[in-house]
Amino acid sequence: MTPGGRRRLQGALPGVLRASPGLAGAGVAVGVAALLPLGYLVARSFDRGTDVAFSLLWRERTLELLVRSAALAGAVTAACLVIGVLSAWLIVRSDLPGRRIFGVLFTLPLAVPSYVAGFTWISELPELAGFTGAFLVLTLVSYPYVLLPVVAALKSSDPAVEEVARSLGKGAVRTFFLVTLRQVRPAALAGGLLVALYVLSDFGAVSLMRFEAFTVGIYTSYRASFDRTPAAVLGCVLVAVAVAITLVERRARGKAATFGQARVGAGAAREAGVVPLGKARPAALAGAVALLVLALGVPVASLVHWLSIGRRTVDLPRLLGAAWSTLEVSGLGALLTVLLALPVGVLAARYPGRLSRSVELASFAGHALPGITVGLALVFLGIRLLPGLYQETPLLVFAYAVLFLPLAVGAVRTGVAAAPVRLEEVSRSLGKRRLETRLRVTFPLAAPGIAAGAALVFLTCAKELPATLLLRPTGTDTLATELWSKTEIGSFGAAAPYAAVLIVVAAVPSVVLGHFLRTRAIDPAGGNR
Amino acid sequence: MARSFLSKLTACAAAVALAVPLVTACGASESDALVIYSGRNEGLVKPILDKLQAATGTKVEVRYGGSAEFASQLLEEGDNTDADLFFSQDAGALGALAQAGMLEKLPQDVLDLVPAGFHAKDGTWVATSARARVIAFDPKQVKEAELPATLDEVVDPKWKGKIGYAPTNGSWQAFVTSIRVLKGDDYARQWLAKFRANEPQRFENNIAILGAVNAGQVPLGLINHYYYFEKVAEEGAQNVRAKIHFARGADSLSLLNVAGVGVLENSNKADAARKAAAFLLSEEAQRYFADGTAEYPVVEGVASTEHDLPPLSSLKGPDIDLSQLSSLEETLKLLQEAGLS
Repeated sequence: MTPGGRRRLQGALPGVLRASPGLAGAGVAVGVAALLPLGYLVARSFDRGTDVAFSLLWRERTLELLVRSAALAGAVTAACLVIGVLSAWLIVRSDLPGRRIFGVLFTLPLAVPSYVAGFTWISELPELAGFTGAFLVLTLVSYPYVLLPVVAALKSSDPAVEEVARSLGKGAVRTFFLVTLRQVRPAALAGGLLVALYVLSDFGAVSLMRFEAFTVGIYTSYRASFDRTPAAVLGCVLVAVAVAITLVERRARGKAATFGQARVGAGAAREAGVVPLGKARPAALAGAVALLVLALGVPVASLVHWLSIGRRTVDLPRLLGAAWSTLEVSGLGALLTVLLALPVGVLAARYPGRLSRSVELASFAGHALPGITVGLALVFLGIRLLPGLYQETPLLVFAYAVLFLPLAVGAVRTGVAAAPVRLEEVSRSLGKRRLETRLRVTFPLAAPGIAAGAALVFLTCAKELPATLLLRPTGTDTLATELWSKTEIGSFGAAAPYAAVLIVVAAVPSVVLGHFLRTRAIDPAGGNR
Repeated sequence: MARSFLSKLTACAAAVALAVPLVTACGASESDALVIYSGRNEGLVKPILDKLQAATGTKVEVRYGGSAEFASQLLEEGDNTDADLFFSQDAGALGALAQAGMLEKLPQDVLDLVPAGFHAKDGTWVATSARARVIAFDPKQVKEAELPATLDEVVDPKWKGKIGYAPTNGSWQAFVTSIRVLKGDDYARQWLAKFRANEPQRFENNIAILGAVNAGQVPLGLINHYYYFEKVAEEGAQNVRAKIHFARGADSLSLLNVAGVGVLENSNKADAARKAAAFLLSEEAQRYFADGTAEYPVVEGVASTEHDLPPLSSLKGPDIDLSQLSSLEETLKLLQEAGLS
């Protein structure tokens, strides 16, 4: 069947008809699980009646918070798109000196928790407080969400289109804007979506920078008035914003998705040639170094400073215990998240249709919510529905899955999309059942992409704090909770080793992720379908 | 080969992921330990909570977190909670739980251990230690006799640019809340406007204020008393240039705030929990707070052997229901309006 014929067929038949009942059922179950916190939020919003809920919603304050958060998310996303695309292009296509090393270092800021970056910046430059500081810190920690998928897209896109443009007399700069930028647009947009949702959900950086964003409003409602209803109403608004952004991104990406993805020539992928930077080379190098100094140098230097003045000796068994707990809960978190993402990602990649679109959208619902909101929702539900699991590892791991599902869904979707359908058809024609085909053909081919998604989820779990504090087993301390506990009483010297180990633990998967992406074209954010 | 290995791995992983919760669910049982939610930091109170097991004769399980977050968590848990005792950094979080009917009335003999005003009027919580608002000052720039004695004197133009404060700190916010509670929102609003017009210097926290006063960068700072005593204990009295002054008045400048405990209404270990509350008011525990964390003991007759704390009864302080310090949202609004947030 020609691709065109396949697309027409898919348009004619609802996708759900062709997905096996098991797969569709699993996808729907995951979608419902991901919507649990939202269900709780809606119920909590209306627990004092519809009037109260609407009067809380129609307040000037809601609009103020919304405008501030939207402005911040818009600005950070725009900056991340520019920085992410430029730096990806520099390490993949240009003759930037040391681009392999930059390729590794550029992904490392993913390992720096926003509260650590925020703390270092505000203590060095208190005048940054407000929008500027929040913008700076969030941009520096989240541009890799754009960089990673764009690197993958640049690696996998066909260099021939660019060559055609060059042969038609377009210069390097015009080719970049006319061809390259359009080729990476879907990948960049998918990364941008993750950035926007992350900014909406972040509390660490905005609170340290005293920028009153939506999440600060939510926290204030919990902390300052012990009132959960306004917090729930604000949470619902945040989910609505997330859904709107996701839909806008999907439309924008849908239009751009096909450009340059069809190769001009069939056959094995070919590496694109290196574009000489010429006179711009020193400026590009300076820019790359400056980015690293701001995103990595500042937090690391500050940590080294605190490490050096920490007078008391480090409680090594405790530090190692926290590191082990972090590995354990984050590893399980990554595992469960990827397992739950499998049916959603397979549906999205293989059976586009209303069902798969709805399930995928549902999986994004929890991602814009701050950890405390999802955590409290699971406190309420967990203690009532699964009292045996309350404040045990499985419920914490489930919270991670709800919070970070989109990171894995994108990876699974692209990974599966990259595995040729034809091989599945061969397997089926040889009499293998559908599930067996999936396990023996599709998943092994998609495995690198899925592993990249797992790495991303792992490092995000390791940095998570508020839900971990609420749901961890009593007596289990992770690096993040220890870091919080030490800084709460101002013991920054004692906190520094925990921050350092946390960054190292999170850096390992981010290096692996970067390596995957440079050697094989995998896209964790799922831009390239 | 590789493929079948991967598919087996995936299958095993799926099986494990599904099995772990089930196994845990079967193994879990009602905890037989006394469960304490401690909003007070582990680094501050672990040594004394470690002694609870011996004092109550029950196994003790302590969960550490933030006081306000624990209040929200307990409200969500409701009647299903496993927690028996809530140890809070401030009375506000205890007040919120009491209001929701989640705290039992403590035995009168426990309440009677502390002066009136250091327990809830309805007996749902009792203070375990206190902290005082003080003025840190640099004796090289200001004489103690010249220091402001009332709120109105703090905003006198002669202190323009000379006062350090920490606007995002909980201790400052509780201080402003107490102004609101004692004198009303209008007075608080006007006071904040004058305070701001006096161009105070903002700092990140109390430690930073004290450091700046000690270095002579700012003559006065509004802080809590124990930061000073911790600094003196760490660096030696002769090496600390800054001093602190207790206003000893009847307004918020002399506010005494508390940490305290409440027993959960639904506790199945209420007896042990009450014993634990009583233990925290025992001489041993009170001395621990006085010596270990430089806080004020709330039981009369216990004095610090390490820190030179003036007796609690000499500090006077305003007559205030500390549960009311939970109305923080209005305070934050006022601070924002005043441009001091």
